Amino acid sequence: MDIFAQQLVNGLVLGSVYALVALGYTLVYGILELINFAHGETTMMGAMISLAVIGALFGVAPDLPGIVIVLTGLLVAIPSCMLLGYGIERVAYRPLRHAPRLAPLITAIGLSIVLQNVAMLIWGKQYIAFPTTLLPQGRHEIFGATITDVQIMILVLTVTLMAGLVTMVNRSRLGRAMRATAQAPAVAQLMGVNINAVISATFVIGAGLAAIAGVMVSANYGQAHYHMGFLLGLKAFSAAVLGGIGNLTGAMLGGMLLGIIEALGAGYIGDLTGGFLGSHYQDIFAFMVLILVLTLKPSGLLGSKSVERA
Amino acid sequence: MRSTLLAWSVAIALGLGMTTAHAADAVTVKIGQSSPLTGPQAHIGKDNDNGVRLAIDEINATKPTIGGKAVTFEVMSEDDQADPKTATIVAQRMVDEEVAGVIGHLNSGATIPASKVYSDNNVPQVSPSATAIKYTAQGFKTAYRVMTNDEQQGKVLGAYAAKLGKKVAIVDDQTAYGQGLAAEVEKAAKAAGAEVVAVEHTNDKATDFTAILTSIKGKEPDVIFFGGMDPQGAPMAKQMRQLGIKAQFLGGDGMQTPKFIELAGADAEGTIASIPGLPLDKMPKGTDFKQKFEAKYGQIQLYAPYAYDAAYVMVDAMKRADSTDPEKYLPELAKTSYEGVTGKISFDAKGDLTSGPITLYTVKGGKWETLETIQP
Repeated sequence: MDIFAQQLVNGLVLGSVYALVALGYTLVYGILELINFAHGETTMMGAMISLAVIGALFGVAPDLPGIVIVLTGLLVAIPSCMLLGYGIERVAYRPLRHAPRLAPLITAIGLSIVLQNVAMLIWGKQYIAFPTTLLPQGRHEIFGATITDVQIMILVLTVTLMAGLVTMVNRSRLGRAMRATAQAPAVAQLMGVNINAVISATFVIGAGLAAIAGVMVSANYGQAHYHMGFLLGLKAFSAAVLGGIGNLTGAMLGGMLLGIIEALGAGYIGDLTGGFLGSHYQDIFAFMVLILVLTLKPSGLLGSKSVERA
Repeated sequence: MRSTLLAWSVAIALGLGMTTAHAADAVTVKIGQSSPLTGPQAHIGKDNDNGVRLAIDEINATKPTIGGKAVTFEVMSEDDQADPKTATIVAQRMVDEEVAGVIGHLNSGATIPASKVYSDNNVPQVSPSATAIKYTAQGFKTAYRVMTNDEQQGKVLGAYAAKLGKKVAIVDDQTAYGQGLAAEVEKAAKAAGAEVVAVEHTNDKATDFTAILTSIKGKEPDVIFFGGMDPQGAPMAKQMRQLGIKAQFLGGDGMQTPKFIELAGADAEGTIASIPGLPLDKMPKGTDFKQKFEAKYGQIQLYAPYAYDAAYVMVDAMKRADSTDPEKYLPELAKTSYEGVTGKISFDAKGDLTSGPITLYTVKGGKWETLETIQP
C-alpha cells in the first residue's frame, strides 16, 4: 500500500512539473490558437539563467541564506524570460499573425532549435549542477509515502499559480481583454482593445511561468542542461492537450493525470505483464491515454467553448 | 694553413658522405592516432594524442633500427569528433596515407565502425580506451585494445554486487554501453549466488526515476546497480535518498566522474563505482610517467597512459618482427607480452587484455577514493 501511495506522490510531483509548463502552452493557445513550441526552451532558459545567477552569487557571498540566493536567481530569471517571451512574439509570431497557420508553427520549431543552440553556446554541453544545499532538505511521511520540501513547494506553487491565472483571466481588466481577443480579435480591436498589447502580455506572462517552472525543475532534479526543455515541453504540451488546450484548469488536470499515469505505468507495468513489458515502456501509457482522449473527446477532458470557435 | 683547409675538406666530404649514406638507409614510418580533437571531449582526445606523441618521441630518441634500416616514426593525428561517420572517414584517410598502424580511437562508438576500415585494409589497430564488448567481438584480426572491456568490468561489478548483498536490483539507460554493462552485471551477480530482484530501464535523457525506484524499493534490494552515465546517475542517487532507499548504489565507469559528485551533492556520499585499470599512483611506472608527461604537456586528463602504452606495444611488435609491414608484425602483436606503465599487457585470441584489473572507488567527503583493485 505504501508503495502505491509513494507512486501517487511521485506522479503528483511529476504531474505538477508538467502542469506548470502546460499552463504557459495553454494560456497562449487560449488567446491565439498558436502552439508556442519555443515554450519548453523558455523554461530551459529560465533554469539556466537562474542557475548562472545562483552560481555567481553563491561564489561571491556563500554566507547568504540559501533561500535568498535562490529567490534572487528566480527574480533575475523571471524578467529575463519575460523579455525573451516578448521578443519571441515580436520577432517570430507577430509578422506571421495573418499567415497560414502552418507558418508560425514552423517558426516556433525553428526558434526552439535556435534557443537550444544559443544556450549550448553560452553554457556548453555540460550538465549544470543546482546547489541543492541552498534549499530546505526536509523529508515528510504521508500515508507511508515520502515527500521533500522542494516537492511540496512545487505542488503548492503550481496550484497557486493556476488559481491566480484563472482569477486574472476571469476578473481583471487584462483578463477581460484577453478573453475578448480570444473570442474575436477584430471586434475587440474595434471596441478599443489594444490587441497587440494583450497578446504581448500573454506571452510575457507565459514566459514568466516558464521561468518559475524551469527553476523548480532544476531544483527538484538538481541539474539543468541545454536540452532539458525539449522533452519537458513535449510532455507538457501533451498534458495541455489531454486537459483541453486553452483551458487553464484543464492544463492542471492534464498535467497531474499524465504524471500519475506515468508513475503508475512505470511502477507496475513489469509486474502486471509478468515481465513481458518493462519500465522502458513507461512513455506508452502517457501517449496511449493521449490518443484515447483525442479520439473519444478531441477537445480534451475540459475542452472549453472558447477553443471550439474555429 | 693548407693542411687545415685539407682537413676541413675531408671533414666536409666525409660528413656529406655519411649523411647521404644515412639517408639511404633511413625510413619514416607513419603511426596513426585518432580521437576527438574538437568538441566537448577535445581535452580527453588531445590527452590521447599527447600520450602517443610522448611515446613516439621517446622511441625516436633511441634511434631504432628495424629491418636493418634506421626508422623515424611520425604521428599522423586525426580528429574523429567522437562521431561514428567521421571516424570511418578519417580511418580511410589514414589508410590512404599508408600508416603502419593506428592508435585509437577513443570512444567505442567511433572505434567500432573505424575498425572495419582497418580490418579491410589490414592495418593493425590498438585502442587505448574503447571498452564496448563488440569492438573485439567482430572477428577482426587487426583489432586490439589495452583497456579492460565492459564484459570484464561487468563480471567484476556483478561479483562485487553479490558480495555486498543477497538481493540486487539493476537499472540501465538502454544505450549500447549501459545495457551491455548491466547485462554482464546481471549474469555475474546471478553466477555469484545473488538474487536479481528487479531489472528496470530508463533512457539517457531522463531525469525522473522516482517511479522505477519506488517499484525497486518494494522489492527491498541490498544493492542497486546502474549501467549508465553521470547525468542520470546523479539524480538517481538523489531520488534514492529522497525515497528513503538504504540500498548500496553501485555504478560503472560512466558514473565515476567528478561531475557525478558535483551533480548529486551530498547524496553522492557512499556511492561505489568502478574504472577499468589501476589508479595512476598504483600503476607500476605511474609516478615516473606522470613526471615525464606533465613536464611536457601539463596535467594528465584520462587515458594518456593507455595511449602511451598502446604506441609502445605497437612499436615493440614491429621490433620483434623486425618489420614495419603490418603483414609481418601483426602476428607478433598477438604475441605481445609487455610491461607497460598501466601494467602487464598481453592479448587473448580476440585482442582483449588477458588480465584486466578493475579498480573500485567510493565517494567519501565529496571525493572519489580508491576502495580496492580487483584482478579477475
